[in-house]
Amino acid sequence: MSKQLHYALFTGCTAKQSTPELLSSTLAVADKLGIKITILEEASCCGASHLQDFDEFLAHVLNARNICYAEKLGLTMITICNTCQLNSAMTKHALDKDSELKARVNEKLAEVGLEYKGTSEVKHFLYTLIDEYGLDKVKDKVTTPLSHLNIAPFYGCHNIRPSELHEEANGHENPYVPTSLDNLIAALEGNPVNYESKNKCCGFHVELQANHTSEVLAGNALLDAIDNAADIMVTPCPLCHLKMDTYQDSVGKVMGRDVKLPVLHMPQMVALALGCTEKEIGLNFHVQKAKHLHTA
Amino acid sequence: MGANKKITLKTFRFNAETDYLPYYKHYEMEVGKDELILDLLNRIKWEHDGSFSYRRSCRHGICGACAIKVNGKATLACKQNALELVALFGDELLIEPSSTKRVIKDMIIDKSDFWEKHAAVKPYVVSNVDPRPEAESKQSIAEFNNFLDSDLCVQCGACHYSCPALEVNDAFLGPAALNAAYRFTVDTRDEAGDERLSITAQGGSGVWDCVKCFECAEACPKEINPIEKIGKLHNLQFSRGVAESNIATRHAEGFLRGMKKTGYLDEADIVTYSEGYLGMYKHLGTAFKMMRVGKIHWHSGIPFINSIPKIKNLDEVQKLIEISQTNKL
Repeated sequence: MSKQLHYALFTGCTAKQSTPELLSSTLAVADKLGIKITILEEASCCGASHLQDFDEFLAHVLNARNICYAEKLGLTMITICNTCQLNSAMTKHALDKDSELKARVNEKLAEVGLEYKGTSEVKHFLYTLIDEYGLDKVKDKVTTPLSHLNIAPFYGCHNIRPSELHEEANGHENPYVPTSLDNLIAALEGNPVNYESKNKCCGFHVELQANHTSEVLAGNALLDAIDNAADIMVTPCPLCHLKMDTYQDSVGKVMGRDVKLPVLHMPQMVALALGCTEKEIGLNFHVQKAKHLHTA
Repeated sequence: MGANKKITLKTFRFNAETDYLPYYKHYEMEVGKDELILDLLNRIKWEHDGSFSYRRSCRHGICGACAIKVNGKATLACKQNALELVALFGDELLIEPSSTKRVIKDMIIDKSDFWEKHAAVKPYVVSNVDPRPEAESKQSIAEFNNFLDSDLCVQCGACHYSCPALEVNDAFLGPAALNAAYRFTVDTRDEAGDERLSITAQGGSGVWDCVKCFECAEACPKEINPIEKIGKLHNLQFSRGVAESNIATRHAEGFLRGMKKTGYLDEADIVTYSEGYLGMYKHLGTAFKMMRVGKIHWHSGIPFINSIPKIKNLDEVQKLIEISQTNKL
């Protein structure tokens, strides 16, 4: 028996607020697979790329602080949000390659007794499941195959682009032909839906200031999945989830078509196949209801 | 020549003067390991159909004329090895112009929107140059390096026509124009920085309409990373005091409000603070839906009621914000 996998989990803000089902299903998957998780309760918001727009240096300091806590535990920091992954990785790469910036950041961190060293990896849970746990082993644990479901993988920008930033953490996923989520769906015996929009933008980040753009981008992706016979969509990013799940009514009005498609978080889908109930994975927290997934 | 591979080019054809609809023609050919996509375009024209039209000029990746899309991937034809794309996409390559809706003939597109947007950001050094200077105009290596990579842009349009925000919003300046705005704004000889920053701060057309998808970073054949420059323009708006308080700037700065209180973003507060209380009516429908399923609570966003858990060691975050914040709104 190989050593038990143990990760430091950076939850991000949404899993602690509007998408509690993401956190509970992540922990359920870890529990079923025997992966040990230590939640970084000290970790703050990653800035979501918006704080970065306001004050890049401050955003680096705060993200470096989060990583410090994973380093203290000597663990890989895993994320369950693409945007947390992007911003944590951006800080890690910036500091690891620029010693002058690292020194300036550490000067601030020293004021609160911390030091960023660069010893912890930062990786999205999706890729630890694939690269470190292994899809074959996930497949072995499936008790409720998803073979009755056509599942549209929606990758989310910030796990796959810019590819240069992510290539070590995401197994060199090609942003034009991503495969990880398709392979995961197949391992759970679901039918991956092939559609053009799987690697496109959901529009979440301009929801407030460029609402029309945001609605059209979400609408394009949802309708593309629907037109390719998807029963559900699945995404590793809670921000994509919020945009695609919460706004289907307004998106439908903008697109002039009915938009109805249940959108699952990646860990919810895995948990479902590992035998968790719909209640355990928190489907009640979805705006677009996903019912009877075990038998649909 | 053992590495030759037989492939099919499914090629977009359209003549705006004579065709009602575009169509695709299939060309089969054996491709060698050193052939570029541009070589394949040449072979379509020379060996299959002389009427096939595309732009080409320098063949060295510096004129930007031959940008097209292969299987949706922005490609500078003269820089891209063909078999690399076969390895990625398979034995059939889909050859299309950068933007199918702007086609004049086959691969040739009308790039006037690109050039208009480029011109709108004053893509040149604005300076009152002394015709009889006493000394050279000096620039340090560090000052030069600030814009070195952004200066490598060849105006090929690969990023511009890969940008989904621009596809939806005609007014958006797009990544290439914004990269040019950055390049001249940080040039120490230039005097029009604030003007450019205010042009690129406009709602609807400027930096705040970028959707943060990083398609431009992926598309650029010169590895410029335009979205990184868009991020720098955002920061410059605040550091040079050009930013006005509006929904987008408050959305960026407002993250700190929640972080100071709990360490997390306050999801309800960020909407209220960015929109202003009067703008909140737009979100009531969504808020109600979210409340009904338990995503937010009745007291979310109401000051003095704690609906969000606090992180451990919150004082560290508060202290770090206090001592590290460099910009203000």
